[in-house]
Amino acid sequence: MSSRRDTLGLRIGMWLFLYSEIILFGGLFVLYAVYYHNFPDFFVAGGRELNRIIGALNTVVLLVSSFTVAASITAIQREKPRQAAGFLLFSLGCGLIFLVNKYFEWGAKIHHDIYPNSPTMQDAEPGLNIFFSLYYVITGLHGLHVIIGMVLLSVSLVLVLRGRVNAGRFTMLENSGLYWHLVDLIWIFVFPMFYLVL
Amino acid sequence: MASHEQRHVASYGQLALILLFLLLLTGATVGISYIHLGFFNVPAALSIATLKATLVLLFFMHLRYEGRIIRYSFLGTALVLAIMIGFTFWDVAFR
Repeated sequence: MSSRRDTLGLRIGMWLFLYSEIILFGGLFVLYAVYYHNFPDFFVAGGRELNRIIGALNTVVLLVSSFTVAASITAIQREKPRQAAGFLLFSLGCGLIFLVNKYFEWGAKIHHDIYPNSPTMQDAEPGLNIFFSLYYVITGLHGLHVIIGMVLLSVSLVLVLRGRVNAGRFTMLENSGLYWHLVDLIWIFVFPMFYLVL
Repeated sequence: MASHEQRHVASYGQLALILLFLLLLTGATVGISYIHLGFFNVPAALSIATLKATLVLLFFMHLRYEGRIIRYSFLGTALVLAIMIGFTFWDVAFR
């Protein structure tokens, strides 16, 4: 059996998967845009309910974690696995902070009786209902992607520590990194859509 | 046998510079959101988001250093997305 590896092929495969993710979230963004067109006032009212500061904080957390993931690939290419492991651990910490923030954010919304089919929402205007339904679906699906990304980064971290991911073979780390950057990319659009509507 | 593909190694300095730009753009988009520009708030927020996404794609995701297959297939996906969004709005706006 040959031990030749096609690293370009492995990356192309990952990118093809990312394209399907882009179209998946793109579809949800279209849904958001059309309803924003139909109910602009309610979307503005809904956006005011969301905390712009927590949203901005989560954006910064994801951007920094994206940087450290990119830096971990540089570290592995320069044959510094311990540095790479440190960067990955930091990124995982950022992912955790993001999820904890999201937990408190959703918790506060649910505490204020804003969730699908809550008594307040049953009597609310359709526009407001649609805004918060989209908020839960899109941030929920994004949160799921954060969790999956953290699992992939954890697997990469273990492989780095065991020396299975190294300067000559780091596609697992690279593809996990691509997935993590995609999560960041989606958030870059989710943040202004929900937190910055005026 | 390892692959003979020459891979680009991004320097920490360059990556940190991109992070700095991304953080500045985040500050800008939050700042602009407090100013009432009427209709122009939406295009401003979307332009900044697109600029940030471009930086992440080109440098963090190494798209700038990838070969033609990945670059063109990505542009193809972006085109499909543009058609999806554009044609939907064509329908919604002029109905």
